[in-house]
Amino acid sequence: MPRLTKAGRTRTLLPWRGETMVLMAVGLLPAALYFWYGAHDRLGPDPVNVFERWLGLWAVRFLLAALLVTPLRVVSGISLLRYRRMLGLLAFWYALMHVSVYVALDQQGNLAVLWRDITHRPFLMLGFAAFVLLVPLALTSNDWSIRKLGRRWGRLHQLVYGVAVLVAVHFLLAFKTYNATSVSYAAALTGMVLWRVIFLVRARIRRAGS
Amino acid sequence: MARWSYPRPSASEITPRGLWLSRRRLLAGATLGVAAGVGPRAFAEALHTRPGPFQAAEKTTALQDVTHYNNFYEFGLDKTDPSTRSGQFRPRPWTLSVEGLVAHPRVWDIDALIAAMPLEERLYRMRCVEAWSMVIPWDGFPLASLLALAEPLGSARYVAFESVVRPAEMPGQTGGLDSLAWPYVEGLRLDEAMHPLTLLAVGLYGETLPNQNGAPVRLVVPWKYGFKGIKSITRIRLVEKMPPTTWNQMNPAEYGFFANVNPDVDHPRWSQASERVIGAGGFFGGGRKKTLMFNGYGAQVAGLYGTMNLSRFY
Repeated sequence: MPRLTKAGRTRTLLPWRGETMVLMAVGLLPAALYFWYGAHDRLGPDPVNVFERWLGLWAVRFLLAALLVTPLRVVSGISLLRYRRMLGLLAFWYALMHVSVYVALDQQGNLAVLWRDITHRPFLMLGFAAFVLLVPLALTSNDWSIRKLGRRWGRLHQLVYGVAVLVAVHFLLAFKTYNATSVSYAAALTGMVLWRVIFLVRARIRRAGS
Repeated sequence: MARWSYPRPSASEITPRGLWLSRRRLLAGATLGVAAGVGPRAFAEALHTRPGPFQAAEKTTALQDVTHYNNFYEFGLDKTDPSTRSGQFRPRPWTLSVEGLVAHPRVWDIDALIAAMPLEERLYRMRCVEAWSMVIPWDGFPLASLLALAEPLGSARYVAFESVVRPAEMPGQTGGLDSLAWPYVEGLRLDEAMHPLTLLAVGLYGETLPNQNGAPVRLVVPWKYGFKGIKSITRIRLVEKMPPTTWNQMNPAEYGFFANVNPDVDHPRWSQASERVIGAGGFFGGGRKKTLMFNGYGAQVAGLYGTMNLSRFY
């Protein structure tokens, strides 16, 4: 059911019932475009690396967008809640493609290297852990799971804050130096988590005071 | 007759000169249009180079890839920054100072230096610490030839290199988070510097070094990771103590002084066991190959390190 904004209007971007499906397809366009470029040798001299980083960047963007939905509603009253599931799922699809490209195209399925990566290298351990934590969230992103899990669904989905922190550090480590791109995305992700912490603490103080 | 032989890709794999010359002219024309009125620019000039022996068999990386995909943090963080943001850089006039613990210190004019040194073409593998690789036909002369003219004193143990600082011409030097400490500095042990493979390059593909690849003169040490190859060198100093090096200072746990290519010593964040071959073509070009100890130059350089623990001194 569409949620209501403070103004009492239902905000939808497209007038059709299949709206989210259409938007999801639009969200997958960056991946499709770069896949087409890469398959036609138009991603430059190091195409696998470019594609891998591109997918990772978009996973971060959609994760950030999903995390922005609640603060945006609280601060401005604009509710994009009906799109949050789609944004979260897009983050998962991009993370899945990012990991798949790393395993299949970049490391070409070399199990020895992959095993060493996830047992010895903090950079890749963090990234892999973030992906693993996203799996149960993606699997339960449907109405049936929400009904079935009840209150536990909300608690399960708080895992996304852990994912955000892991992704922030992984993203910082993906560059040889600290730079405007890596620091601003990492700060934004961390900010989304801190905002919730502050919000919770303030709510608790208010409750204790009343 | 070459005094020194080293593994080389086969001649048949190299782009025919006519083909890359015509591409080169196209590129030069395009850049000229964009940069008209900017002032003196280094145009690609054919260098008088004599080719060396041929032995190994790898495909030479296309000129377009060598000149449009590389790291040169003075111009920015992205691999495309050096080619797109180096148009303001002026590699002439240029002086290279050879100083420190030498009998004959001298400030060389770059063109006098190039005229004084017989240039050779060297086809070298280039292995970046980021696990990608190229095969590049450099033109230059052994660093040993220049050092021999300066006559290092007995107390000289290391060679320290210093690059240029020109924030007005090098947008990556204008500070910000992504900035390294400038000038970029590098160093070699004296025996490494005197090794016949160690090259001062002034050109590639038979023509003057483009701005983005380290004009007018850069270091090439093919058995070490690419970051040892300091670009746009202004100063070479013979010293007694191990000199500081830029990436080692930035992150000593990840980048050592020696930085010898070594498939058995991983970078803390990624494996060094294999490398992506640049320009292999699209996703499915199969562009990954095993990394060789000392980048395949072990027969020539392993002796420099004797029983040194190469995992400790990475």
